[in-house]
Amino acid sequence: MRRSLFLHLAALVVCASPAFAQAKATAQNVPEIPYDSVPNFIKMPAGMYLGEAIGVATNSKGHVFVYTRSANTRLFEFDQNGTFVREIGEGAYNFEFAHSVRVDKDDNIWVVDEGTNTIVRFNPEGHITMVLGRRPPAVLGMRIAPAPGATPPAAKYTFGRPTDVAWDPQGNIFISDGYVNHRVVKFDKNGRFVKQVGSERPGSEPSQFNTPHGIAVDNNGNVYVADRGNNRMQVFDNNLVLRNIYDNIGVSWTVCISPGPHQYLFSSNSNPNGNPPGSWDITGEIYKMELDGTIVGKFGHASKQLGGFQVVHMLDCRNPDQIIVAEIESWRVQKLMLKPGAAPARPATTAAR
Amino acid sequence: MRRTLKLLAALLALAIAPLGAQLVVPELAYDAQIEPLKLPPNLNFGEVAGVATNSKGDVFVYTRTGHPTLSLGTARPFAHGGSRMFRFDKTGKYVGEIGQGIYAFLFAEKVKVDPQDNIWVVDQMANTVLELDPEGRVLMLLGRKAESERVPVDLPPAPPAQPQGRAAGAGPAGGGGRAGGAAAEAPEGGRRGGGPPGAGGQQDVFNRPTDVAWDAAGNIYVADGLGNSRIAKFDKNGKFVRSWGQTGTGPGQFRQPRAIAIDAQGLVYVADAGNRRIQVFDGDGNLKGRFLNVGTPRAICITQGPRQVMYVSNSNPPEDIDYDGEIFKLDLTGKLLGKFGRAGRLAKEFNAVNQLECRTENEVWAAELGNWRVSKISVRGSASTN
Repeated sequence: MRRSLFLHLAALVVCASPAFAQAKATAQNVPEIPYDSVPNFIKMPAGMYLGEAIGVATNSKGHVFVYTRSANTRLFEFDQNGTFVREIGEGAYNFEFAHSVRVDKDDNIWVVDEGTNTIVRFNPEGHITMVLGRRPPAVLGMRIAPAPGATPPAAKYTFGRPTDVAWDPQGNIFISDGYVNHRVVKFDKNGRFVKQVGSERPGSEPSQFNTPHGIAVDNNGNVYVADRGNNRMQVFDNNLVLRNIYDNIGVSWTVCISPGPHQYLFSSNSNPNGNPPGSWDITGEIYKMELDGTIVGKFGHASKQLGGFQVVHMLDCRNPDQIIVAEIESWRVQKLMLKPGAAPARPATTAAR
Repeated sequence: MRRTLKLLAALLALAIAPLGAQLVVPELAYDAQIEPLKLPPNLNFGEVAGVATNSKGDVFVYTRTGHPTLSLGTARPFAHGGSRMFRFDKTGKYVGEIGQGIYAFLFAEKVKVDPQDNIWVVDQMANTVLELDPEGRVLMLLGRKAESERVPVDLPPAPPAQPQGRAAGAGPAGGGGRAGGAAAEAPEGGRRGGGPPGAGGQQDVFNRPTDVAWDAAGNIYVADGLGNSRIAKFDKNGKFVRSWGQTGTGPGQFRQPRAIAIDAQGLVYVADAGNRRIQVFDGDGNLKGRFLNVGTPRAICITQGPRQVMYVSNSNPPEDIDYDGEIFKLDLTGKLLGKFGRAGRLAKEFNAVNQLECRTENEVWAAELGNWRVSKISVRGSASTN
């Protein structure tokens, strides 16, 4: 009895500490994809620094956008060679605590800020053209902090520390929301609420979420959600009806889908913040998959050095053989040149259920 | 029985008649530019709280942007930043910033330009009404920014919840919106000084003031505000004259007075948003009338010239675009002349209009909290000529 109590307690502790959540992927015999990390890819001007590299995305020209938690949260643009181009949205009202940046098909730059509960669209010139969510008014101070107890029901147009944004080919907007709410919300292209899956409460049943942390949509409008707290990815159709669950890839921190006729799906089993003992042995790799969940291969590992990762927070896979990786704890953005030709052609076990 | 029916019908007709007259609110033809002001490459508005024009057509925008900050000194945190004001010429070209680094631009509420082209800035968090000359130099200050903030920020307790649905007397034009919209972010009630509840303001001690206006003699009227629920009157030199109103739903009482405008006769129109009405006073605070047909009025403006009309925004709250949002045109008796627009994010839609500016009947500027933009509206309807 005493022992079983202890076990229960241990289980509770594990469940209650998402910050240290880690999971060894159960997929077996996954081929390693060799790669090189481009040395000194992002070149900051003298006197400027990246902080935690939280968001990364590329536009149609290959320019790289990095959303970083620095002294202030800031958004930088670099060209395809990593040369600094400009800062976007300096001092913008939605910049307090970076979480994601994505670029849509028209090269608009979308920024998700979990410190202001906003998703904001910048046009390619760098001007704000759409705002979803509302930054809590400063005049209300801490009064706007949720009262202890149950989270209030998730509202249509406000978010609770949202995490990511994606679009289907029609321009409908999908938002993963987030750390306070645990849902995915669909808006039409004009920013009008359509529907949601999940709720303000975390859950581990199918179609429930525990910290949906990343989101991507494929060419057919299917929606892939990195359900980080549940160590799985959930796949929905365009109406947010559950179609699949991939739960053999460890913690799905972030998800990316490459463009083109043959799309690939990438998911990171990021090493947990704080590098708890043993975590480097079982986490840190990124999976390359077919959309149906078939694993093509994996690459990367936890490490402080270039070529290794320190809590991968976001991926760009516009070119599925050139993955750009933003890491939290190394304040670094890397460009990885995959050598897929070197990988065995035999796909690994599939995981769909 | 027949007689009863007849009586009922008569009663019904009586009840419906005043509303029926307003059921036919003409839709006004209009157009709207969503980028009438050209921002420099690396500058963006945040929530646009205020917009105003001067006699030359220059445009002033007061916006919540940047990083509202509490800094640490002693145990008391000090509030800084969070709002900026920008100036554009009449072609929409960016001229520059006014008040950069000034003491009390914390949480933008309104900007207004008086007949002498002085610029008045109302800040809801600094509790100040600041008069700047046409070049932006400080002329006069009403109110004082709190020395420091308490965390949680010191606010009066929230009022009892307003019932959802139409507030009493809301006309058909009020639509199916809910009163909770404006109330959601606006705890109210007085906290400073004596007097009846919600009338706690002393002279120029404000609590979340929302607007300022002047009569022909230059007397200053401040809507004060979301904390207090009163109108404070000062003479043109800033000397306190009188104050009226308190928190409540009765005649002459207010729930979240959000905007104020004064016509050529000196009548004072107060957008009593939480009570879903406009109340009309003379310059001494005597209640002269009320308009119940404008939904939740969050912004009002009155045109200049001999034939004055009023625009009123039935603003949706910034947290929802699925109800309200239209702008009404009224004559000064409260008769609806027309309406246009709805809540949304597209051009010709509006999202939480916080201020309207209308020097003329055909050109209306709207400051949108929800869309972080200024819309310039051309109203083509001629309904006001009937």
